[in-house]
Amino acid sequence: MNFHLKIWRQRDANSPGQLEDHEAKDIPASASFLEMLDIVNEGVTMRGEEPIAHDSDCREGICGTCSLTINGVPHGNNKAGIATCQLHMRTFQDGETIYVEPFRAKAFPIVRDLIVDRSAFDRIIQAGGYVSVRTGSAPDANALPIPKQSADLAMDAAACIGCGACVAACPNSSAMLFTSAKMGQLSLLPQGQAERGRRTLAMVRQMDAEGFGNCSNVYNCSAVCPKEISASFIARMNRDYMLASVQDGLSANEVRSGE
Amino acid sequence: MFFGRWTSTRASGGGLRPPEMKLFALANTSIGKKWIVAITGLAFVGFVIAHLLGNLQIFWPNHGGPEHLNAYAEHLHDWAPLLWIARVLLIVFFVGHVYFTILLYRENRAARPQKYARPAKISASVPVMTMIVSGLILLTFVPFHLAHFTWKILRPEYRDFVDEAKRPDVYRMVVVGFSSWPISIFYIVSMGLLCMHISHGFSSVFQTFGIRNKLIAPVLDKGSYVLGWGLFLGNSLIPLSVLLGWVTWPAK
Repeated sequence: MNFHLKIWRQRDANSPGQLEDHEAKDIPASASFLEMLDIVNEGVTMRGEEPIAHDSDCREGICGTCSLTINGVPHGNNKAGIATCQLHMRTFQDGETIYVEPFRAKAFPIVRDLIVDRSAFDRIIQAGGYVSVRTGSAPDANALPIPKQSADLAMDAAACIGCGACVAACPNSSAMLFTSAKMGQLSLLPQGQAERGRRTLAMVRQMDAEGFGNCSNVYNCSAVCPKEISASFIARMNRDYMLASVQDGLSANEVRSGE
Repeated sequence: MFFGRWTSTRASGGGLRPPEMKLFALANTSIGKKWIVAITGLAFVGFVIAHLLGNLQIFWPNHGGPEHLNAYAEHLHDWAPLLWIARVLLIVFFVGHVYFTILLYRENRAARPQKYARPAKISASVPVMTMIVSGLILLTFVPFHLAHFTWKILRPEYRDFVDEAKRPDVYRMVVVGFSSWPISIFYIVSMGLLCMHISHGFSSVFQTFGIRNKLIAPVLDKGSYVLGWGLFLGNSLIPLSVLLGWVTWPAK
């Protein structure tokens, strides 16, 4: 198969970027999108040019490293719940023009070409996306009863691979699907209750500080999510955030008046 | 680190508390702003429903339109304190809704300085993507509507319309007002935008309040859609009926 590619090239975050034309020739229909880029990059390297920089790691849809906005859609296919590495060239038309751009957000500065710096996500996790547990011998698996429904829902949220497609798809570059999934997976479980309020407040604060936009309930995020995470987690976060704010505001006043 | 910051708040008299710990600073946070827009928007949905139900009395059967509409209009003005409380609340909600929407909009633009060279439609529909446009056009409709029928600046002669019971003749004012094609069409188009705005806004309120999950999401979205269309049809029926001669003054 042959494709006409329009690929975003940019030296670094501070340089201007532009679309560059590349021809992808004799691509096997069974090649993944990343394998197609590998083939194109071989030709680019052979010509002595700078290869197209893009992220990839596991190439089986579980690590969240690969990105790419393909024809305006993060991970290229918003129906299948797959990452770019699982997108096959057979889903495109022979001779098609394909636009390849990075995940675009102010909070995801471009490192080079199609690679963006997603460490803003790490800082949201550092702000509260964890539980504090006693180290030592492992407790019995059945010592802490967890309702099946909660476990299932927490598992749905935990499927998030932190790729950032939600941010890239959102017209506002909002990170609320990511943040709410990382919050939801802990807040649904008994182990996450002790830090629930402070986690909610701290993660939202960090999310705001990173310069992500605000959710306007468009739901592009869950439409492109390779793990098909539901925007219901955003609703859960909105609810938890208000409850946590009220609880914290009231208890803070109580502490002060008691002093 | 994390715990240190939190446990130290008491000793330092709350000085290290992050800003949103204080309830009133909620308006500085993303979710706090969304809540304000949702609450004020919901208040306006309630107002639009009540406004429509009141005005539909123009269709009261057996020529009861003039009597019922004028009596209702006078009744609304019966007790000035209540009227002014309602007016002040509406103004506060209006300013709040517009102000916080603009804040959110500016932040959202800033969050994506470099647009996609080739954007795609993913799941967003027209009402969703034009919320700011429909909102801004409504921003011109509201003063026009008030100047037209409430303050009567555009048509001072409406002030002289009085019915047999010496009440302001709202019925006659509506019929005369909507007898003009351009004005009626402007109202109908504005109602279309308003109801498009509500068809996304109403279901969004539930998402922002956190009253939404996979099971009730389709019900909320469809319900909101039906509400939008219902309000559009109900509101447009009034100028349309005047234009088509179904509602006339004197009532026949």
